[in-house]
Amino acid sequence: MLTRRKLAVSTAAFALAAGFTGAAHAQQKTVIEFWHGLPQPLGGQLEQVVKSFNESQDKVQVNPTFKGSYPETMQAAIAAFRAGNAPHVVQMFEVGTATMLSAGPAIKPVHQLMSETGSGLDAAAYIPAVRGYYSSKDGKMMALPFNSSTTITFYNKDAFQKAGLDPNRPPATWPEVADAARKLKAAGVTCPMTFSWPTWTQFEQVGALHDKPFASEANGFGGLNATLKINDPFFVKHLQTLIDLQKEGALRYGGRDNAADSLFPSGECAMIQASSGLRGRIVKEAKFNWGAAPLPYWPDAISSPKNSIIGGAAFWVMTSPKRTADEYKAVAAFFSHLARPEVDAKWHMDTGYVPVTLQGFELAKKEGFYDKNPGAEVPAEQLTRTATTENTMGLRLGNLPEIRNIIQEEMEKAFQGQQTAQQALDNAVKRGDTVLRNFERANKN
Amino acid sequence: MQRRVIFDNRALPYLLLAPQVAVTLIFFIWPAAQALWQSVHLQDAFGLRSQFVGLENFESVLSDPNYLETVKTTIIFSASVTVLSLASALGLAVMADSKIRAASAYKTLLIWPYALAPAVAAVLWMFIFNPDIGILGRALNNLGYAWDYRLNDGQALTMVILAASWKQVSYNFIFFLAGLQAIPRSVLEAASIDGAGAVRRFWTITFPLLSPTTFFLLVVNIVYAFFETFGTIHALTHGGPGKATETLIFRVYQDGVVNHDLGGSSAQSVILMVIVIALTAIQFRFVERKVHYS
Repeated sequence: MLTRRKLAVSTAAFALAAGFTGAAHAQQKTVIEFWHGLPQPLGGQLEQVVKSFNESQDKVQVNPTFKGSYPETMQAAIAAFRAGNAPHVVQMFEVGTATMLSAGPAIKPVHQLMSETGSGLDAAAYIPAVRGYYSSKDGKMMALPFNSSTTITFYNKDAFQKAGLDPNRPPATWPEVADAARKLKAAGVTCPMTFSWPTWTQFEQVGALHDKPFASEANGFGGLNATLKINDPFFVKHLQTLIDLQKEGALRYGGRDNAADSLFPSGECAMIQASSGLRGRIVKEAKFNWGAAPLPYWPDAISSPKNSIIGGAAFWVMTSPKRTADEYKAVAAFFSHLARPEVDAKWHMDTGYVPVTLQGFELAKKEGFYDKNPGAEVPAEQLTRTATTENTMGLRLGNLPEIRNIIQEEMEKAFQGQQTAQQALDNAVKRGDTVLRNFERANKN
Repeated sequence: MQRRVIFDNRALPYLLLAPQVAVTLIFFIWPAAQALWQSVHLQDAFGLRSQFVGLENFESVLSDPNYLETVKTTIIFSASVTVLSLASALGLAVMADSKIRAASAYKTLLIWPYALAPAVAAVLWMFIFNPDIGILGRALNNLGYAWDYRLNDGQALTMVILAASWKQVSYNFIFFLAGLQAIPRSVLEAASIDGAGAVRRFWTITFPLLSPTTFFLLVVNIVYAFFETFGTIHALTHGGPGKATETLIFRVYQDGVVNHDLGGSSAQSVILMVIVIALTAIQFRFVERKVHYS
């Protein structure tokens, strides 16, 4: 009992002392609260980036705080805003974009922040597929892109060798993928292929690559009245192919979200379509030769595929009744630092996220990163290989996380044989459209 | 006999009641009122725009065929968890109550699972049954049985039922054991002398005398199956595959926290509140009549 009391007293004293030093700091430095959603080890690397900014100047102090996973960070930010106490900057995953944009007065668009504070942040420096995702309809940057990824294919070269496939020539089209998967199966591989983030990799990316709309109104960029387009014959055929491959035992459904990630580094699955951010884990865990390749495409639907779209997160500036002009200026300084090519390139090389600026990509090239790490350039090349169209800018759909879940649910029922690909996608569109209509109603001004 | 009012201070009784009233107001009445208020509104995630929509949220929830499926899943899930965890706990308690060697070690081991957080327990189950990394999951597949709860409705539901029941067995076990030990030995001995066998003794004496404990546990277990199994389901299946393991409480979380549909989620909470009040009322009104309190 005595020890507990002692502990309480010393904790209180410590908190008090910490409070005083904090206050003392605040007199000289503008303190910026920054909430992020990256778990270790990535969270620690992000905090290092923040630390390098704090040490680079003496006017601003950025305090990074880990708030849980992306959805949890989003919840925390929304709750804090409702309580009038939002952080200055919050990291938000890409599917939360429409929700953030519809928040109106809760956020300060980055282009507005930059023009108000006279900071020289150049939106054109960003890779178009990255910039597009976080831009308004008229092309103004609404959030600062930071950790972006995209989907690529990782494949097991040893398994390819065993199956009599050329380990240096990964399959480029879906028919070739199916063929390779069957050969792998025949060679005794129990899981020839799988994919993570089922809706992101099999619908959002597949749509972008083939220049097919995921939703109307330019994938939602055109307005809140968008409807889903994924029961189009093209997507139905794609899903049917996946179901057929699964029935043959040439493909394994690895579960929702990133549940399938572990199947590749463990050597279980010979091919995986997953986030480029998986690279770090593969480097660390895989005990076989592996390669990275762009996503396959359907040659009967498009002769050469378009750019893929991004995943990952961006930084949003939030408002609060008490916020001062000085604080916004400090945020702008922080953002300008993050946009520097050295910072971008270092983050990319350290983590496996793609470089978000063109100069960052160039710098990584110049430093010879891709010569030492073959395949590391695949995601950035895939993102930049064509000019973006309205189908490859990304998605701007309200409650996209919910729609992703709906598609996953309907896909799972189809993989179980409870319904056909057509029925699954018809149901997904019907349920998804209800979600979109509710979002439209709740967010119209 | 003296009939004197001992506490003539008028304020004191209110003062003594105040903490309890405050706790009830803050932690029960206020959130419940909030849920009621939000269930008749349509609101965006940030709470910037809110409009009164009457009973529309209830209407859309109740007309959603998926919601009715979820109700069905919840009934199957709750009934299975309650029956399974009560029956196995009773069986174990009867065995631990008989005179065996190292009984206290068994008791301790049986109580252990209760100390685990639901999510931790779920992760343990995952390490056993995951078809890729689980020991038994892999073994099943190697034996030629296609085990994959990520794609098979029945397997997924069976697994969450087992995991949720396993977690509750300890709690039930403690109460059953205490109940068993409170049964007077003399009654059982008298029955033995009269020639009643172990089975007959159990069903005619032990089980009826345990009825207050059983009734209490029945209420507790149904509430547990409804509300506290969220962590287990969340960590094991996320309500999938399809919606095969989505219970009512899981959907409230999914719609409210993940999908930012506060109105719909609140409407579901209100419905859930009504269901639980009704269930409890039914139990106390009809089941309790069969309970024998000594």
